[in-house]
Amino acid sequence: MIRTDKPLLSIRKVCVDYVTEHGNARAVNEVSFDIYPGETVGLAGESGCGKSTLAFAIANLHEAPALISEGEILFEGRDILKMSSTQLRDFRWNETSMVFQSAMNSLNPVLKISEQIIDVILAHKKVSKEEAWTRGAELLSTVGIHPSRMDSYPHQLSGGMRQRVVIAIALALRPKLIVMDEPTTALDVVVERDIMDELFELKEKFGFAILFISHDLGLMGEIADRIGIMYAGKLVEMADAAQILEQPQHPYTRGLVGSFPTIHGPRVRLEGIPGNPLNLLETPEGCYFQARCSDCIDKCLTQQPKLTQSAQAGERDRLVACHVATDLEVPA
Amino acid sequence: MTEVMIDKSAPEAGHVEKASIYVEDLVIDFPTDSAIFRRRYMRAVNQVSFVLKAGEALAVVGESGSGKSTCARALCRLYKPTSGKIWLQDVDVNEKQHQLSQRDYAKEVQMIFQDPFGSLNPVHTIRHHLSRPLKIHHPELDDEQIEQRTIEIISRVGLSPAQQTADKYPHELSGGQRQRVAIARALAVGAKFILADEPISMLDVSIRLGILNLMEDMKKDGIGFLYITHDIATARYFAERTAVMYVGHMVEWGNSDSVTQNPQHPYTKLLISAIPEPGIRKDRKEMARKADIPLWTPASVGCPFAERCLSATEQCKTTMPAVTQLAEDHFVRCFLFE
Amino acid sequence: MTESAHQPPALAAVQSNRFGLVMKKYLTAIARFYRGNPTAIMGTFIVGSLIIMSLAAPLIAQNEPTKRVARGHQPPSMELLFGSTRSGKDVFSQVLHGGRISLTVAFGAAALTTVIAVLVGISAGYFGGKVDEILMSVTNIVLVFPQLPLLIILAAFLGQVGPLIIAVIIGSTSWAWGARIIRSQTMAIRNKEFITSAEVMGESKARIVLVEILPNLISIVVGGFVGTSIYALMAEAGLEFLGLGDPTVITWGTMLYWAQSNSAFIVGAWWDMVVPGMAIAIMGGGLALLNMSIDQISNPKLKTGAYIKIWRKQKAQMIARRARS
Repeated sequence: MIRTDKPLLSIRKVCVDYVTEHGNARAVNEVSFDIYPGETVGLAGESGCGKSTLAFAIANLHEAPALISEGEILFEGRDILKMSSTQLRDFRWNETSMVFQSAMNSLNPVLKISEQIIDVILAHKKVSKEEAWTRGAELLSTVGIHPSRMDSYPHQLSGGMRQRVVIAIALALRPKLIVMDEPTTALDVVVERDIMDELFELKEKFGFAILFISHDLGLMGEIADRIGIMYAGKLVEMADAAQILEQPQHPYTRGLVGSFPTIHGPRVRLEGIPGNPLNLLETPEGCYFQARCSDCIDKCLTQQPKLTQSAQAGERDRLVACHVATDLEVPA
Repeated sequence: MTEVMIDKSAPEAGHVEKASIYVEDLVIDFPTDSAIFRRRYMRAVNQVSFVLKAGEALAVVGESGSGKSTCARALCRLYKPTSGKIWLQDVDVNEKQHQLSQRDYAKEVQMIFQDPFGSLNPVHTIRHHLSRPLKIHHPELDDEQIEQRTIEIISRVGLSPAQQTADKYPHELSGGQRQRVAIARALAVGAKFILADEPISMLDVSIRLGILNLMEDMKKDGIGFLYITHDIATARYFAERTAVMYVGHMVEWGNSDSVTQNPQHPYTKLLISAIPEPGIRKDRKEMARKADIPLWTPASVGCPFAERCLSATEQCKTTMPAVTQLAEDHFVRCFLFE
Repeated sequence: MTESAHQPPALAAVQSNRFGLVMKKYLTAIARFYRGNPTAIMGTFIVGSLIIMSLAAPLIAQNEPTKRVARGHQPPSMELLFGSTRSGKDVFSQVLHGGRISLTVAFGAAALTTVIAVLVGISAGYFGGKVDEILMSVTNIVLVFPQLPLLIILAAFLGQVGPLIIAVIIGSTSWAWGARIIRSQTMAIRNKEFITSAEVMGESKARIVLVEILPNLISIVVGGFVGTSIYALMAEAGLEFLGLGDPTVITWGTMLYWAQSNSAFIVGAWWDMVVPGMAIAIMGGGLALLNMSIDQISNPKLKTGAYIKIWRKQKAQMIARRARS
């Protein structure tokens, strides 16, 4: 489905390097994709694939030793990476906000919840303190917390409630895009379920786009419209959520999807993916997945596959970076 | 109450044929302050009984605060039970008279932990990690045999080349490889029972199955597992029997398929419905009330799930339900079934 | 690589290879410590040269430090590199010979302090409970004790104390802070799972402390040793300067004492005082540099490694590229 509206966020060939004495480790390697308004895009991958690094890059938060060495990140046409610090300040939180990993632990333990929410609102909008307080109470009830808890300290709330507070703070200025990096990983299954349901409702109500980053493909499948799979810094497949989960084309995606034992499916021995994650300082010539791939052919050892339209695309927008998947000649 | 836990086909309690660990009415309290008089306690585990058999796995599933890790640590003798007994074969593990030394007990029961980065000492090589248990528990072996065994065990857990791995330090290995070393360490001791406390939850998704499959292979060599997890799907995948814990109580247990495909206890049903199933946009009706997880004390009464349960009655709030047997290997603690 | 650990020769090969590997590991670790770490190089150079010069004192200095070789308060010249003291003794020779004693006291006291701090800190941290309470009470008392007045009183009480006693006094009163630090580090390690694992495996407590915990504390122990050496050096010089040391023994501190009592500065014989003062300052500075460089390895977040320069360069290139596009 080729979209006709303009993308909200456009990531174009972004590269993020980590500088070490032994050379540069390319944590994000020429990643390009778009997020359209109101859409939920999931980014899945394991440790070291670069998804969190990419999330940081979107807010231009990287410090030494990380360096966004190439590419552009366009938000409604403006390049975030070229913004000055005042422009960035306006941009952050008003247009895009972020929920980081273990964000519930990043609440200031010595300030009340009310103070933390009000701080955020006052930092970006010129309103009075009372107005900010009212707005904060509204936000809390939106995420399912009684406004009476405005006066609590973070340690007086459970993990799930703290995560809800963090999401409320992210929503404070009605951003158009929220980047969430593993927002529910540290939570129990039941709490996670509740928060995901609430997030879905909020999304329907306010219409913001979400970049949902996680290793949990099952969870992502419930909330995401499209899913991108990252491996060793590269985007290896991107398609509609249902297609990724039911008909994965890239061998890594297939392995990943097959790594989740289901609760209701048949009880068979699953294999996961053999081998170890790639050392980014010693990348091979050719496809980065070659050492662990069961479909590896000669071409894979020398040529790096590019993200291209899948041969079996049909009318859907389906990208995969694999020689074997794209070289398949599908008869009409 | 305790008889129902044991396989009916086996002889009476305390005299089973296969090697086994038998936990009877375990209660563990922890102090919540350091007062000398009128000290307050919280009850982490309340009246829990189960059997671990060699060559089989028992999964204990629960959320944080359910007491599942505490049970495992009590089985390792890291915590002393407030009441209840733990039997290793016919021997009472905590009895003072023929006090089982830690070394003798360690020979039979070992533990692997959740954090692959914390379970190995960063200043020692892998070889050291594995040769120490061999030296302690197999003093009859000479240096050469120890070296040989070390290499064998490293290969056994799927790390190759074994010789090179032995010389490495923990920071040179990945999380999955470290977890394999932790398993190798338990094998080096020669333990018959391995208590695995969330062994894969901190590993990459694609690596997890490799570890689970390794543990599955070890079951065939006769090792019994206690598999603690919050992930019911892997519990069903790996373990023959599953027990569900809530606030220190075992609320439902039995054959894994039975418990996961046909859950009866309201809490088990809540847990299973919370699992994401992609493609199925569930219209989840309210399955439980939103309430805080209670802090259980020795004075608390009733069913721990009563506050959240939609079918709770007055009886649920005042009396602890007894065990009901629903099927050959499916038990539950709930008044709905009494 | 075939694993043929069956025959003894193969085992011996593995073991000797292992020794080579261990040596290589230490040498590469040392090389890595110095590379791109100018603080470490300078610190080692300064400390090293002063130690070597002091040890080689009889070889380098032509004159005996206690022999009168010239008129009093002669300025520095070709024969007397650093001039002469009031009594006509060679300052150069004195500073080298005195260094031997000053440095021995400094490092000796630091060693004593470190040993006590490690014993107390690890025991308190690992065993916890009653042991911790008792040891911490003792530590807190020693910590709160005003140290310099205590040293002065003890020294005054014992009459004029020689360097050995000074070393013992300093060593037995400076361990409290280090003990606290080691205790909290031990407690942090104690909760790590590799310790629980060792306990579950049946290791004896003594072995756990010595083999599992102590090696993880090496960097703070070494850092503590270096820091205490600085303190001990200063404390010893201070005591002797105040006249509480044994003025017949030549150390940097007693040199200062004599210079002071002979009003060296006032009469214009600045070398009498400046030379031992500079020796103390340079040595202290070198030790401080070493201490800073040890900090850098144990705390990578300080962002002072070699990679920062590379990063800055690449960042500048990136900004230029972006401005052009």
